[in-house]
Amino acid sequence: MTAFLVVLVIILFGVAVWQMGKIFQLSKSHQEDSEVANDKDNNMNGWLMLGFVIFIYILSIVCFWLWGDVMLPESASEHGVGIDQLWLISMILIFVVGIVTQWLLHYFAFKYRGRKGQRAVFFADNDKLEFIWTIIPVIVLAGLIIYGLFTWTDIMNIDTEDDPLVVELYAYQFDWRARYGGEDNTLGEASVRLIEGANQLGVDAADPNAQDDIVVNELHLPVGRKVLFKMRSQDVLHSAYMPHFRAQMNCVPGMITQFAFTPTKTTLEMRENEEIIAKVAKINNIRKENSKALLAKGEEGLEPYTFDYMLLCNKICGNNHYNMQMKIIVETQEEYDAWIAEQATLAQTLKQ
Amino acid sequence: MSAHAHDLAADHHDDHGHHHKETFITKYIFSQDHKMISKQYLITGLFMGIIGIAMSLLFRMQLAWPDQEFKVYEILLGKWGEGGVMDPSVYLALVTIHGTIMVFFVLTAGLSGTFSNLLIPLQIGARDMASGFLNMISYWLFFLSSVIMVLSLFVEAGPASAGWTIYPPLSALPQAIPGSGTGMTLWLVSMAIFIASSLLGSLNYIVTVLNLRTKGMSMTRLPLTIWAFFITAVIGVVSFPVLLSAALLLIMDRGFGTSFFLSDIYIAGEVLHNQGGSPVLFEHLFWFLGHPEVYIVLLPALGITSEIIATNSRKPIFGYRAMVASILAIAFLSTIVWGHHMFISGMNPFLGSVFTFTTLLIAIPSAVKAFNYITTLWKGNLQMNPAMLFSIGLVSTFITGGLTGILLGDSALDINVHDTYFVVAHFHLVMGISALYGLFAGVYHWFPKMFEGRMMNKNLGYIHFWVTAIGAYGVFFPMHFIGMAGLPRRYYTNTAFPYFDDLADVNVVITIFAFIAAAAQVIFLYNFISSMFFGKKGSKNPWNSNTLEWTAEVKHIHGNWDGPIPHVYRWAYDYSKLNKDESDYVIPGQDFVPQTTPLQDNEEEMNH
Repeated sequence: MTAFLVVLVIILFGVAVWQMGKIFQLSKSHQEDSEVANDKDNNMNGWLMLGFVIFIYILSIVCFWLWGDVMLPESASEHGVGIDQLWLISMILIFVVGIVTQWLLHYFAFKYRGRKGQRAVFFADNDKLEFIWTIIPVIVLAGLIIYGLFTWTDIMNIDTEDDPLVVELYAYQFDWRARYGGEDNTLGEASVRLIEGANQLGVDAADPNAQDDIVVNELHLPVGRKVLFKMRSQDVLHSAYMPHFRAQMNCVPGMITQFAFTPTKTTLEMRENEEIIAKVAKINNIRKENSKALLAKGEEGLEPYTFDYMLLCNKICGNNHYNMQMKIIVETQEEYDAWIAEQATLAQTLKQ
Repeated sequence: MSAHAHDLAADHHDDHGHHHKETFITKYIFSQDHKMISKQYLITGLFMGIIGIAMSLLFRMQLAWPDQEFKVYEILLGKWGEGGVMDPSVYLALVTIHGTIMVFFVLTAGLSGTFSNLLIPLQIGARDMASGFLNMISYWLFFLSSVIMVLSLFVEAGPASAGWTIYPPLSALPQAIPGSGTGMTLWLVSMAIFIASSLLGSLNYIVTVLNLRTKGMSMTRLPLTIWAFFITAVIGVVSFPVLLSAALLLIMDRGFGTSFFLSDIYIAGEVLHNQGGSPVLFEHLFWFLGHPEVYIVLLPALGITSEIIATNSRKPIFGYRAMVASILAIAFLSTIVWGHHMFISGMNPFLGSVFTFTTLLIAIPSAVKAFNYITTLWKGNLQMNPAMLFSIGLVSTFITGGLTGILLGDSALDINVHDTYFVVAHFHLVMGISALYGLFAGVYHWFPKMFEGRMMNKNLGYIHFWVTAIGAYGVFFPMHFIGMAGLPRRYYTNTAFPYFDDLADVNVVITIFAFIAAAAQVIFLYNFISSMFFGKKGSKNPWNSNTLEWTAEVKHIHGNWDGPIPHVYRWAYDYSKLNKDESDYVIPGQDFVPQTTPLQDNEEEMNH
């Protein structure tokens, strides 16, 4: 694939250079001319303008054809469906506007390319026209703004009445920890000033709410229940990015930030998703190819990939920023209950 | 007011009927002449641009072929490229300095500094800037800050590497990243000096535009270039000081133990004493400049484009007043949208709503500008000079990049693409490439003004444009896709996530296009340097333009016009204007009416 693309790009570049060469040659025959464009230049560049808008269209089509499948699969959270809907509507809108305006721009550049004797039209003002293309964006954008704001407030105004599962996401250079509230679903107080030995997150061991807190390095979430994340950072800014759930919030030292969502698809369900199956197959093909090369060099091959949700750091945080991740497992309530029962509470951990 | 200023200027000129004898140093180095200072800005900016673009090529190589060893890393990066493997810390340093250099040193100083200096006095009919001395200081402060920024590349622990936005605590704590030691100190010192330079320059531009316009040059007769430079300077004066305060507070946090931006930090095995500060405060201060900065970069490019499109279309710019109003609206709105960089920073979600509202509003004047450019082309007689091609290219990338801004400015949509490559693609198209096109357009168009009548080779210009145009879209269009796949920016390699393995070939394609586009810039550099010495001389007014600069002497003299300063009788856009009985142009056989031409008998008077 890569080789094919490289070849394609080089061929395109070659064609471009060849065309340039032609222009160059043609213009050279008019050596006596100055460095100001003449009719020949206008004609040539006018046609190239027309070619260029077609190039933009083809580039878009080729990109969708080649890479349409790399995009994120359907949302695995409740609110994400709303975001995807808004995204799609905005996307269609900007594509329509983009295709039309790019066409007009380049087509006019082609159509009205200069010719000796051609008279330009003195057209300095037209209040009606200008009013129209001020008011149309106003109306369209008003619609988008209102739609967007409703979506945004729905996501960000967190209603604690429906008893969300409270989970702390704790970021530090260069890893994540998750802390569950335990049986009381309430997080104990914590501060970086209390970090000591096994108490990695600086939880206040004297706080009664903290006793049943559970600290883990793999995030398990029961499907269908709202999760309220409380984000904390130990050192620098991090950002908890969970692309499949359309969720992201910065982790800021000195304050607790929050984000809530309801996962709607278990990891197993997501693995059955057609887009994911295709994507994983594609990735494994690539990994197999890469492994061949590695094995030939006498190195270890790559392991095959299975899909898992992931939490990434998405705010530059230091040298290993590129590898600050945590696995997220969404499972049924029963599986979740069984898993959490196995985890040691903070009281148990600190006693050891 | 302008009439009075004109008298003063005329007196001034008479006093200096005999020019001072100039030495090499006063003419080429510590020059107070705006034309020389503009060339100094341009050449310094281009030099910094070479560094910035070379850096981007290095990290693009790393992104495309993360497992490959390249000898060139070892040659250029020394101990950070040992054995041909790029160190993660130098990767972050490269993206940081690339961003800093391109945004501030190339597109702020190199673009606005160059053309504000060259064109403000020439297009408003002034002998020089209001204060030639401050102007000189402004350039030399810029030069000093460039030197410090380049020197910071050579410090022991590496240059600043916390991203060009230098968010603390990462930028405040050398324990967090090695680049936050001496490298960051130098970065801050360099930027503080840069801000001083920018303020001196901007104040000078504002005063000059307001006070030194020649007789007849009312504000509504100003070419749009001048409007753009003027408003850009105003935005700079309003917002740059805030960055200075952010930088000063950060210096205090770093050196004097204060806690403006730091609180509750446990790093390298110990708790820091800092308490009560907030990194979010820094983000507010930074983006209070950072967002207007986008328009500080873009408005001059749009001003240049307006002038060039009108001249080369042989038509007046469509909707002059709407264009001015758009510039004013963009400038005003640009200072109240900064929060859209911070939707998920932890600030109150209500603020997010407000900033979404203001951000999407800014799309309206931007749309008006784009439509007006397109209408200006309509039924024109387009002269496809290289400057015109770059101007059309600018409108194209401005539209493409602007449209994705509608997605990013929507707080709900920003959640999932924030800090991904989608953002990188968006801002590179809308401000990076667009502003660079503006810079190139300006250089091709005003080269004869800068280098005493010499013109750049048009054929090389065509090759430069077309290869760059293809390369730029080739780089940034596919980049949207890896952003929509959820790939975060500023990752040294994506191999830590098997999930992103299928993006590897996209990255290869992007890098190849980046190399193609960069190769075209070599053609430009060759053309620029060779034309400086051997370029063909054109006529005094090679593009048949209306504006005043083409009435000034071709040979650079102190005071621009050998005789008295010309008076202005009309706006700058009387291209292809017909006489009353529509039998011919106002001036028979000539499709343009320079601003210095009084109203003709057979001519209908317009509003300007």
